[in-house]
Amino acid sequence: MTCTEFLAILDDVIDESIAAETRAEIEVHLRKCGHCEVVLDTTRKTIEIYRCHEIYELPTEVSERLHVAIMTKCKKA
Amino acid sequence: MSTIQPLAGQDEQHPDVALVSRVRAGDLSAYDTLVRKYERQLFRIAQHITQNREDAEDVMQDAFLKAYEKLDQFQGNSKFYTWLVRIAVNESLMRLRKRRTGRVVSMDEDVQTEEGSVPRDFADWAPNPEQNYNQSELAEILKKTIQGLPQGFRVVFVLRDVDGLSTEETAEALGLSVPAVKSRLLRARLQLRERLSRYFKRKTPPVSQATAAPQGNGPMGNGVEA
Repeated sequence: MTCTEFLAILDDVIDESIAAETRAEIEVHLRKCGHCEVVLDTTRKTIEIYRCHEIYELPTEVSERLHVAIMTKCKKA
Repeated sequence: MSTIQPLAGQDEQHPDVALVSRVRAGDLSAYDTLVRKYERQLFRIAQHITQNREDAEDVMQDAFLKAYEKLDQFQGNSKFYTWLVRIAVNESLMRLRKRRTGRVVSMDEDVQTEEGSVPRDFADWAPNPEQNYNQSELAEILKKTIQGLPQGFRVVFVLRDVDGLSTEETAEALGLSVPAVKSRLLRARLQLRERLSRYFKRKTPPVSQATAAPQGNGPMGNGVEA
C-alpha cells in the first residue's frame, strides 16, 4: 500500500469500515510509514477534540427564552 | 398518508416517530419534547452556517416553526432529525442571502479548491494537546480554525463528526450526493488537522537541550499563536 492509497481510504479507516484483509495491509503500511501514522492519529484527535468541546454554547437562559418563543408561535400556528 | 411508517428494514420505531404522531394528533407537549431534544444541535448548525449568533437564534426559531407547520409533509422515510436539519440548513442559507444581498449563497461555495487535500505537516501532537490551553483559549482556537474552512466542508464535518449523522443522512440533510459528502468530509478533516497542528504539535527541543534539561523545565510552549 502507498501513502496515496492510504489517504484515499483514511475516512474509512477512521470510521472503522474497512474489510479485514485491507486492515492487515494498512497495519503493514503504518508500521513502515511514520507520516501516515501521524496523519491518522492526529486526524482522529481532531475529530475527538471537536466532538468533546462545544464551541457555540447556548446558555440556559437563552435556550429557555427561545424555547418559550418557539412554543408560543407554534400554539398560534 | 399521514401515518408515519417505521424506517425500512428496522423493526423498532425511532422514539421520534411516536412523538411526531402525538403532535399530529394535537398534543403540543410532544412537540415541546422534540424542540428540547434538538434545539442545541439546530442552534449549532445554524451558527456554523450563518457565523452570527442573532441569525442562528432566528434560524432555530424559524426552523422549528416551519417544521411544525409542515409536519404533514414529513413522510417518516428518513429520521425526523435529518428532516429538521434540512429545514434549518435551508433557513440558514436564506438568512445568509438576506444579509449578502445580491450574492448567491449555496453549500457549494469555495469547495472546488484542492487546497488542504494533501497533508503537509507530519509533526506529531503533544499528548492531550488541548490541556495546554485554558477553556477560552481552546474555544477560540477551535472556532477560528473551523471558521476558516469553506462552508460546504464545515457543515459536512459538523453533521458527520460532531452530530454523528451517517454519510447517507448527511447527504440527505444537505441535498448532496453520498460521494460529495465523502469527498468533503475527507478534505474537512485533513484541513482542520493541518490547521490545528500549528497549535497542538509536539515542540521537540534540540537533542542537546533535551538531555541536559529533562523534566519539569520542558520546552512545551503553549501560547496561542498569533
